[in-house]
Amino acid sequence: MKVAYWPGCVSRGFTPELHGSMAKVAPLLDIELVELDRAACCGAGVIAEHDQELADTLNARTFALAQKEIANGASLMMNICSTCQGAQSECQERLDANTAYRSHVNETLSAEGLTYERGISNKHFLWLLVEEIGLDAVKAKVKRPLSNLRVGPFYGCYIVRPTDRLGIDREHPRDTYLHQLIEALGGTVVDYAGQYKCCGFPIITMNKEASLKQAGRHLGDAIDAEADCLVTPCPLCHLNLDLQQPLAERYAGRELGMPVLHLPQLLGLALGLEPKELGFGKHVVKPTSVIDWSTSVVASAA
Amino acid sequence: MPEYTLRIRRYTPESGDSAHWQDFTIDLDGHRSVLDGILQARDREDGSIGIRCSCRAAICGSCGVRINGKPNLACHTHLDTAFENATDGVITVEPMGNMPVLKDLIVDMDAVHWKKIQRVTPWLIPEGEAPEREYIVPPESMIDVTQTMACIQCSACVSDCLAMEVDPLFIGPAALAKAYRFVGDPRDGQHYERLKNLSEDPHGIYDCTHCFNCIEACPKGVAPMSQIMRLRRLSGKQGIEDRNNGHRHEMAFVKNIERNGLLHEADLLPDSYGGKFHPRAVPELLDSLPVITRALMRRKVTPGGALLHKHKAPKEVKRIFQHVHDKEASYELNLYVTGVEEEDDE
Repeated sequence: MKVAYWPGCVSRGFTPELHGSMAKVAPLLDIELVELDRAACCGAGVIAEHDQELADTLNARTFALAQKEIANGASLMMNICSTCQGAQSECQERLDANTAYRSHVNETLSAEGLTYERGISNKHFLWLLVEEIGLDAVKAKVKRPLSNLRVGPFYGCYIVRPTDRLGIDREHPRDTYLHQLIEALGGTVVDYAGQYKCCGFPIITMNKEASLKQAGRHLGDAIDAEADCLVTPCPLCHLNLDLQQPLAERYAGRELGMPVLHLPQLLGLALGLEPKELGFGKHVVKPTSVIDWSTSVVASAA
Repeated sequence: MPEYTLRIRRYTPESGDSAHWQDFTIDLDGHRSVLDGILQARDREDGSIGIRCSCRAAICGSCGVRINGKPNLACHTHLDTAFENATDGVITVEPMGNMPVLKDLIVDMDAVHWKKIQRVTPWLIPEGEAPEREYIVPPESMIDVTQTMACIQCSACVSDCLAMEVDPLFIGPAALAKAYRFVGDPRDGQHYERLKNLSEDPHGIYDCTHCFNCIEACPKGVAPMSQIMRLRRLSGKQGIEDRNNGHRHEMAFVKNIERNGLLHEADLLPDSYGGKFHPRAVPELLDSLPVITRALMRRKVTPGGALLHKHKAPKEVKRIFQHVHDKEASYELNLYVTGVEEEDDE
């Protein structure tokens, strides 16, 4: 399957292990990634806050670039960042809802010879795994089942709310896909209070205390629920939960040390890749428990 | 008549007993509301169940509760829908969050919700002499605030506000939506003062974390978070530099993308505090130093990777920024006002 691939900014910046692990995992699932390397940042809600039309135009441009790839045989557009998914879905909702507005935005794009046609399919890798590839097919490729690994799903906000904009309904229970995936990979799902809450990242420069209290609380809840690690579909959540975790300890008032994996990292582990090639060494909180688990699996197999 | 089980959270602070769940079986048609179910349980089984309600028609805003963990009006939720969304076939009903419980399903709206509404000066402050008769405004200038005027003060948004969960002083979604109602009203003469006040407050508009819970919670489509973003947009347009780095962060982000096409995080942090050598930035950066050092040691951040990722179409991206910025007025589409076209409208 060929996809028009939008990696986002953070996966190539402060969480390079996300983009890296995605590139490692894709061929194992027969996904061909055609990178949209001329597209711009989705705005992460901040550009929309500054100027809605600007954010809509930038994302319409990204969609138009993706539609060119779709015309060349890509099945759909795929992203690996919840924040991109949420911010782009918001822009798409407006662009798709109003012909006059879409024409207005397309006029700006016309200087570059681009046009956005209503109705692009833009799916986060998580959605693609469940809806396009299918969890049975994923399961069939598992080489190292995550037996006895206790994984806490951290969905965050942008990929689960608002439910109608994100197409979450009875046929598409996208707010359970992390749960389903962890189970398909043979792991144990650990439910805890913060799994659908905000990581706090958007206000890290405005109210650090509130921001890191959020991250610290969720990490603490996951520890209390005896998770070995968390998995998140959002690199911005990863920044607050992993990169900032040493500071979050201060606001949580307790020791934390909870490893946080990116979605393709957890998947890659189950597909037989080694922690090192998935970039586990790049985390601020070393996923020691997960690495120990993976070596113990190998040892028991031998 | 179908039967449903309601699992109601019971709590009487004066009793000294802890909160607990109690199951009630009710028999009502599925199209009847959860409120009807609660009232039947109260009539038939236990007259002491505490619930605040009045109109039963989703307009008075009294019966906000959490149904299956999510805030809504009890009178606005059908029993069959609640049953479908319930785990194990039991509909749970509990009081809203972020507010103290007075009894069972009744929370103290005065202590939180109404205090915060009062905080935003929720009345019109017109400028100049009052006209002899009513203030006359063109109807189209009021369309913009109709969305916030749809609020019925049920506090469902406040219940699940995640910023308020960690910062109880946050002004919160309902009150800030109310604030926009006056900032967007052409008759009000204190737009600047209101915006300045709300952006300088450490618990004001820049304390919202974009979690979308309030948008999801609102039974009336007010989308409080969208109103908060509009307050930020207007505050920026008025040139208000707040002490919370809110506007600076927004501008640092926008400039960063205009310059680079993609976000360069290494610049964003110091720029949000006013630049690498700004007096405000230095303590913040020093505070973050252990984190930055650790990230460098783990090779998470490398000069080649994080700091220099080159964009392949910088001119095209810059052109869009200039094109949209150069226009006199930006086209702001509000789907609440315009509605959504049907598929075959084109």
